[in-house]
Amino acid sequence: MPKRGEDAERDERSLVADLRAGKEEAFIRLVERYGPSMLRVAQAFVPSRAVAEEVVQEAWLGVLRGIDRFEERSSLKTWIFRILTNLAKTRGERERRSLPFSSFDAAASEPGDPAVDPSRFRPVDDRAGAGTWLIPPASWGQVPEERILSGEVRQAIDRAIAALPPAQRTVISLRDVDGWTSEEVRNALDVSETNQRVLLHRARSKVRRALEQYLVGG
Amino acid sequence: MVCRELVEVITDYLEDRLSRRDRRRFERHLAACDGCTEYLAQMRRTIRLTGTLTEDQISEEAMARLLDAFRGWSESRA
Repeated sequence: MPKRGEDAERDERSLVADLRAGKEEAFIRLVERYGPSMLRVAQAFVPSRAVAEEVVQEAWLGVLRGIDRFEERSSLKTWIFRILTNLAKTRGERERRSLPFSSFDAAASEPGDPAVDPSRFRPVDDRAGAGTWLIPPASWGQVPEERILSGEVRQAIDRAIAALPPAQRTVISLRDVDGWTSEEVRNALDVSETNQRVLLHRARSKVRRALEQYLVGG
Repeated sequence: MVCRELVEVITDYLEDRLSRRDRRRFERHLAACDGCTEYLAQMRRTIRLTGTLTEDQISEEAMARLLDAFRGWSESRA
């Protein structure tokens, strides 16, 4: 369960102190705490998981080299992720991805798909009610609870997330899988509140849709 | 507010970012619309289920490399 508020601050301060004192356990804890999220974020910028792991490696070196200079004005988490995103961006540019990922803000500004297939709603000229459900969502209430809680469903969600465009994938992973607040995402990725919400919205809509198809063939 | 609109502002609603007026419109619509009520329930469920995914820990080799790097850094400071 992620710590919040004062607890988290105190925890961070003691981690920084331990790190500066060369305590290996502190480093391991930090790597385990932030490593997975760092990998997710790096993967938004670079073409492969292998390269992402290299970037994360470099980022940790950067953290160690800079830890003496770290001023506790910003949070440790934000600082670590800034180091990471800077490295990931540079590496991504160097790798010359065929689909250049410039920034989360830019991705959010691109036009997105509608949350729901437009054919599910009554058209504009429909007298019965333009924009109302024509084919409403099929209830998941009929699906047995064990099925909903099964590993298969989690795999379906996993696949849906993996299929998302990079910026959406990163935001939904950080927010909904890793439990970050919108403020933490904003700070770490340097993305506006609105834009991270736009990306989250698109991602969640697609995942819901994938789940619907998986559960009830909607 | 109409259904097609609602599904587009649903994340704003869940993030508590709708204006008070839009929030009222949203909730009034929900009260009268089974389709959207179901949609919201599905969205909430999707979010909850997504939260049960576990994180991909970094590989053991990567962790070993990191520990090597840490020890190197630590020694150079001593």
